[in-house]
Amino acid sequence: MRSSWWKTAIGLFLTAAMLFPVYWMINVSFTRRESIRKGQLFPIDFTADHYGVVLHDQLPYLGTSLAVGLGTVAFTLVIAAPAGFALAKLRLPGGSALGFVLIVAQMIPAVVMALGFYAIYNRVGLLNTIPGLILADSTIAVPFAVMLLAAFMRGIPREMMEAATLDRASYWRTFWSVVLPISRNASITVALFAFLWAWSDFLFASTLDREGGDLRPITMGIYNYIGAQNQEWGLMMATAVVASIPTALLLILAQKYVAAGVTAGAVKD
Amino acid sequence: MTAISQRSAASPRSLDAERTASRKKRDRAARWAAIGFVTPLALYLFIFYVFPLAQNIVMSLQRYDRGSFVHGGAPFVGLDIYREVISSSTFWPTVAQMAIFTLVSITVQYCLGLALAVFFRSDFRLSATLRAFFLVPWLLPVIVSGTTWQWMMSADNGVINSFIGLFGVDPVWWLSADNALWSVLIANIWLGIPFNLVILYSGLQNIPESLYEAASLDGAGAWRKFRSITLPSLRPVTLITLLLGLVYTLKVVDIIWIMTTGTGTSQTLATWSYGMAFGKGTSGVVRYSEASAVGSILLVVALAFGLLYIVTQSKESD
Repeated sequence: MRSSWWKTAIGLFLTAAMLFPVYWMINVSFTRRESIRKGQLFPIDFTADHYGVVLHDQLPYLGTSLAVGLGTVAFTLVIAAPAGFALAKLRLPGGSALGFVLIVAQMIPAVVMALGFYAIYNRVGLLNTIPGLILADSTIAVPFAVMLLAAFMRGIPREMMEAATLDRASYWRTFWSVVLPISRNASITVALFAFLWAWSDFLFASTLDREGGDLRPITMGIYNYIGAQNQEWGLMMATAVVASIPTALLLILAQKYVAAGVTAGAVKD
Repeated sequence: MTAISQRSAASPRSLDAERTASRKKRDRAARWAAIGFVTPLALYLFIFYVFPLAQNIVMSLQRYDRGSFVHGGAPFVGLDIYREVISSSTFWPTVAQMAIFTLVSITVQYCLGLALAVFFRSDFRLSATLRAFFLVPWLLPVIVSGTTWQWMMSADNGVINSFIGLFGVDPVWWLSADNALWSVLIANIWLGIPFNLVILYSGLQNIPESLYEAASLDGAGAWRKFRSITLPSLRPVTLITLLLGLVYTLKVVDIIWIMTTGTGTSQTLATWSYGMAFGKGTSGVVRYSEASAVGSILLVVALAFGLLYIVTQSKESD
């Protein structure tokens, strides 16, 4: 530890360089409209007005994003938790084939999915609706969720399961009152990531929910500004800051869940 | 009396048989339960994966325009659209750009991620906190980072041009058709560093400290230790990181579309497909069939590398 202060200094410098774009976004969001193009390093011509406008204009979009995020979380868990249980603890015929399918599913380009969804939604009338977007967004999270939950449930000790089976509890009771409560942390990790991915989604929102008016998510709210003739960078950056709030909360309040998800998603074993 | 003794003589066998029978019954019950628990997922995969993929392929075999897209009746044309797409003058340049985008992205992300992982491995004050901050680019919505990079790269007022101007470098027109590929590359590398850092850092944690101690006793320097311990031990993690990065980078649409709408050199198969179907808004010419054909080609490429990844991973874990 003796000579480690200079490493801390280098670490601080690297982190600052890495996060400079984030700082720049916040800086611009607090700068008055007429001064933005000067590119000052600090918001000397300070204003918070952009946020007032954004909170007023973007509120419906934020509400939609919240609804889509929560809906995606609920739907993902309902599909993934029982499947994880079957893969981990019951003798599922073809279990390893299913694992293979889930890995492949994560590699399908989203644009291909969006094209297929668009044609189907066009027929069944799910274009520009919140349920339609929830169903499409869930495809980002479900394979990851099943794999993470199954990996966690495999670690639940046999004895706990057997105690429940000896009580002649049904499989459903075992799942509901033994396995699910033990898997609380893994489920929270899944929920957080499903929410974040649905909240951040651009591709499905910009294809399946282009003309949804107020039923469009916040990512489309920002995208509208890009398309505008007169680009309002102050408003755009203020919206971007507001859209980053879930990320910030996740990092501050739920770091251990994030770490679990990142490693589980990337390297199994 | 005889009846009793007979029964007691027979009882162990029948108990045994009863036990196997009941185990068999329990196994069968477990299997049915497993099928019950997995049915929602199976239905889900069928409706939300198989169906859209099939739809995509069907569209690429029929000639759609906006009218037939809404009202049906698009003629079946076999592989004609694939032939047209591949022989169009856009196809091969787009493939080449996608190859550059993907290979440069994963190489640079890997090198920077590894350097950072090695740096953060040494224990210093704040190292865990700073490492957590490095996750930010990965967790931010891409629309947020994409618009921010777009503004930073603005030719007239962008902070990057002001910065390089301090060193006497002329302003670069970052998002112009010619430079677009390099601009989206820079942003995409920034997005991908956290992922590489996290995986490689956890890979480094698995290298036993004793190897390094033994090397120190042999008088090996830091570079020597990196070359002969760190790199060889990381080989499996490296392979998996690069292959996974490859598959994920091939299909990138959002960061490119948000920054440049895939214009000029920044067009890849993914943004080309996206642009043909959705890029022009509702008014322009929409080419669903061509978009689906390009998407299907991209799908085949991504799955080919995906299978390579699965084979590699199962070999490494044996």
